[in-house]
Amino acid sequence: MNKLAPYLLLPAVMLAVIPFMSGSSWLALTVAGLAMGMMLFLMASGLTLVFGLMDVLNFAHGGFITLGAYIAVSVLGPLTGWVSSESWALNLLALLAAVVAAAIASGVAGLVFEAILIRRVYGSHLQQILITVGGLIVAGELIVALWGPQPLPLAKPAILRGSFLVFGATIETYRMAAVAVGLVVYAAMHLLLNRTRIGLVVRAGVENREMVEALGYRVRRLFVGVFVAGSALAGIGGAMWAEYQELITPSIGGEMTILVFIVVIIGGLGSVSGCFTGAMLVGLAANYVGFLAPKLALGSNIALMVAILLWRPRGLFPVGGK
Amino acid sequence: MYGIAKDVTIFLVLFVHKKNSLKPLNPRGCKMPNPLLTFEDIHTHIGPYHILHGVDFAVPEGKVTMLLGRNGAGKTTALRSLMGLWKPNQGRITFAGRDISKLPTPEIARLGIAYVPETMGIFASLTVRENLLLATGAAGFQPDRLDEVLALFPVLGQKFAQAAGGLSGGQKQMLAISRAIIEERRLLVVDEPTKGLAPAVILHLIEAFQKLKAARTTILLVEQNFEMARALGDTVAVMEDGRIVHRGDMAALAVDTGLQERLLGLSLAAHQ
Repeated sequence: MNKLAPYLLLPAVMLAVIPFMSGSSWLALTVAGLAMGMMLFLMASGLTLVFGLMDVLNFAHGGFITLGAYIAVSVLGPLTGWVSSESWALNLLALLAAVVAAAIASGVAGLVFEAILIRRVYGSHLQQILITVGGLIVAGELIVALWGPQPLPLAKPAILRGSFLVFGATIETYRMAAVAVGLVVYAAMHLLLNRTRIGLVVRAGVENREMVEALGYRVRRLFVGVFVAGSALAGIGGAMWAEYQELITPSIGGEMTILVFIVVIIGGLGSVSGCFTGAMLVGLAANYVGFLAPKLALGSNIALMVAILLWRPRGLFPVGGK
Repeated sequence: MYGIAKDVTIFLVLFVHKKNSLKPLNPRGCKMPNPLLTFEDIHTHIGPYHILHGVDFAVPEGKVTMLLGRNGAGKTTALRSLMGLWKPNQGRITFAGRDISKLPTPEIARLGIAYVPETMGIFASLTVRENLLLATGAAGFQPDRLDEVLALFPVLGQKFAQAAGGLSGGQKQMLAISRAIIEERRLLVVDEPTKGLAPAVILHLIEAFQKLKAARTTILLVEQNFEMARALGDTVAVMEDGRIVHRGDMAALAVDTGLQERLLGLSLAAHQ
């Protein structure tokens, strides 16, 4: 039962709030929470693997989210015709172009960041915090220099604007799209980690890096790959989040960093399934509490993290000795 | 008069023996055919601590070499230095004629050295199958080899699809050893496989190692269980305070209770 409990937490939270709101409000808030959770999962999944595999605390992760958001703006700007077109194919093509470009740019930035900064501070958490926070500040300034400090508007593709009614609840179309993208990415990650040799090595490396090296695997090289993939996922999350917000600022990634760390800690460091569950919980808590007790909304995620850590000090799905 | 003469004789014999056995020996001077692995003047520091002080010994090919010593003698550090997990600060470790002391751990493993650490290094969240699969090449399991390994430890076959974290201590040790031999390796390095295990499990492990020995697998085995050392060892090196203080045939040490007492602190009752 104790092992099953983390799996039951998500449905339990969803069911627990039903008596306090109407059915249509519950449905709308649940979809909104899951959509926010999916975007958080995209942003956080790379961070949890980076921490789990190499014990690296990367506070600059928000920089890759910001970069993804700005790349999406830059790609969608010239594609305004496609974005506002009546053709759903052109709409989706524009969105795909933005997401792919964000992934590539953030992935390349991750590769450079790892080579220049991260590999110099392996094994020292204090140095990692200092150097990655410094990296985040520099990245933020570079983004201001390139795109300017003013907020930039971003239009959703026409097909994803608006909303539709389900059982009397208003569901935003974009949120459903975010849920779909998040599920696809989670399924792909799950398959990669559980059905391939490289996934097996990553899972083993998260648990005991030293033993994986003693089995002949070059974990350093693997880590660079994971770091790049994690940065690319952060970029995708940033692009999706930017589309959702429709107005982006240079602090968009920094604002998400605290939520991303809460997700990773709640889930259990290094656990992708934990990250997924943690992201959903954070998304749902933000929406439910925002509706039921708006004044408590700001602190709801911190309270959620504290409650879960009191219950399971190593997170919902602890990995190895972490 | 006779009593005094006997005491003096024993004293002289022990003194000469001690002097010879404590003297650091040059492994190249050993009468040891085909050493597959040699430690030459290995010094290893861990942080501010100087743990190994010029370790010298050799592991002959096709034999079982026991590395014995009391707790804290430096046995585990010697194995970790061999695997590159703690880099030696001085000296040379040669494997099959190649200096490996500066190589990174994965490169050392890829030369054909399988390592079973004291902690066993089992991946608890992975299944038994996945733990074994990690140690195979890109082609995966060789069916015959897998059958041989599972025949050695049948319980692993029964728990093949279960998470390794749910295995007992003895089963985890069997899995760690199986993982080390799931592919053919040139050298098997095992750190205290019997630690904390029940006597019945230890007997099972001894049988398994005897089968590996019969197949002329080269093994370097750190062990505190003298019965296991006596049952398996061809050659032996004894460590004390980060140095090799005795080296020779296991058979000779097995019958020399005085030497055992002095080197390992073993009383007769402990192994009779």
